[in-house]
Amino acid sequence: MSNALVTIIPVVLYLALSFAVALWARNKAVSKSSQGFMEDYFIGGRSMGGFVLAMTIIASYTSASSFVGGPGVAYRYGLSWVFLAMIQVPTTFLTLGVLGKRFAIIARKTNSLTITDFLRARYKSDAVVILCSVFLLVFFMAAMLAQFIGGARLFQAVTGYPYIVGLVLFGITVVLYTAVGGFRAVVITDAIQGIIMVVAVVVILLAIINAGGGMEQCITTLKNIDPGLITPTGPQNKVPQPFTLSLWVLVGLGILGLPQTTQRCMGYKNSRAMHDAMIIGTLIIGFIILCAHLSGALGRAILPELPAGDLAMPSLIMELLSPFWAGVFIAGPLAAIMSTVDSMLLLVSAAIIKDLYVHYKLKGDASQMPSVSIQRMSLMSTAVIGLLVFIAAIQPPDLLVWINLFAFGGLEAVFLWPIIMGLYWKRANATGAVASIVFGVAAFLTISIMKPAMGGVHAIVPTTLISLCAFVAGSYAGRTPDKHIVALFWGEQQ
Amino acid sequence: MTKQTQDWRFAQANKEALFALGAYALYFIWWFVFGYGMGEGDPEQYTYVFGIPEWFFYSCIVGYPVITLLLWAIVRFFFKEVPLDDAEDESESPNNAAVACGEGGKHE
Repeated sequence: MSNALVTIIPVVLYLALSFAVALWARNKAVSKSSQGFMEDYFIGGRSMGGFVLAMTIIASYTSASSFVGGPGVAYRYGLSWVFLAMIQVPTTFLTLGVLGKRFAIIARKTNSLTITDFLRARYKSDAVVILCSVFLLVFFMAAMLAQFIGGARLFQAVTGYPYIVGLVLFGITVVLYTAVGGFRAVVITDAIQGIIMVVAVVVILLAIINAGGGMEQCITTLKNIDPGLITPTGPQNKVPQPFTLSLWVLVGLGILGLPQTTQRCMGYKNSRAMHDAMIIGTLIIGFIILCAHLSGALGRAILPELPAGDLAMPSLIMELLSPFWAGVFIAGPLAAIMSTVDSMLLLVSAAIIKDLYVHYKLKGDASQMPSVSIQRMSLMSTAVIGLLVFIAAIQPPDLLVWINLFAFGGLEAVFLWPIIMGLYWKRANATGAVASIVFGVAAFLTISIMKPAMGGVHAIVPTTLISLCAFVAGSYAGRTPDKHIVALFWGEQQ
Repeated sequence: MTKQTQDWRFAQANKEALFALGAYALYFIWWFVFGYGMGEGDPEQYTYVFGIPEWFFYSCIVGYPVITLLLWAIVRFFFKEVPLDDAEDESESPNNAAVACGEGGKHE
């Protein structure tokens, strides 16, 4: 058997497993009513336990950049970039902890299946809902495209099969299992994908340390290449402190603005699941991020002369792993990519079907439509959006990491303050939310494109401040929220 | 459900959110103090633990297990199990929740 064929075996096995999960999930969804179907399809009937909850938050968060982009930069900047990546460790417990049980309780009270539902219930405003839905569509499409391209390129680099083969293989897989199995399939595959990611990073890190003659030898080699590689600020101070510190804002607080992650906080079974997930999630995400980025940084000691950082992971895999293990590793980033895409796909579909179609066309009453039509429409819209992204990825534009970072910051500009303030500030109202979204996105795009000198501070820091100010100003300009909304969201009985 | 119960759930949730923010702040301090505190300066002067520069060893490799342990302790001692649904059913009555809370530690 040829090497390329051996490599692809673990990948195909793993894709087949994803299909099996989707079919299982489809049979598991028993609900016959339209509302019941949507609750099943878009949030799995709120039945997640601790382990699955932890894994799905990690999986929807980690993406192509955690496996290829990030370690690729670590290859160039050494330990400083691993140090920077470790900022992402608190993301799981911070999301779960800050949104917390109030968010879960309110989501149940208001029958919210998505973040948009939650915002609609809190602000009672069409402007907020439409702005959120539209930005969600735009940024998610960009992010999914970047994920598809990243996955297919990696597949090409490692297996030697053409770009299009990789794209077809995992692109079609993810679209199909998401469309067929809905949220349940997404979170169960997320859990499997999380386990695969852990295995993948261990395999590659051990192989690298082994090939470099042990940890001590690897570090010495790095130091001989450039002493900057083992400092917290990188070679020639390329990773300055203000930049690193501003990423605390981007990834630490920004994660609260990612709808695919925050939506998970509505879907757990009970408080116990949330407690467990905070601990399990932190342990596992820390492990994956540390190992993946350390692999990139130490990889420099094995293959010091690569022309581009993005080549680091594929080249290391080919150099160090046998074809079978290369296949196991490649399943890791593919899993990370698919698990990000599947959640986004489902939310885009939810935005179209539920937030826009059912709400405006059917006046919010899904039972007007027979359950079968709702089911067919949900499946179709998931599949069609997936295929659109798939087709766009066949002739890809050339900006993997940047599109992704753009989408990440853009989503934060839209969602962060409306969610947080809606939950914690009684005075928050629709005027504030709209102002925050408009000013936030405008500021983020302006700063990202104009790049004014800010001493290395990332565009997201001023964006967050501007949208916060806009929120507060807008809220005071607008009307005080209705009594019954305050009663609902602050748990006071009338 | 009475006003008392509802207020209790929400006040507890707010307290827990503050604990999560506190843990985040502690992780930041740990990461910052060991990372920049030990790592700034000439790489020639670095000391090493298991072949790894000391600043990196403590801030990154030790840092995240420490924060996980801290979280475990916070959840174990300060978080409470509360029913998430308004409609009380048998599986999540306050009595059961209290029992489950007491047993929480044994399952970790």
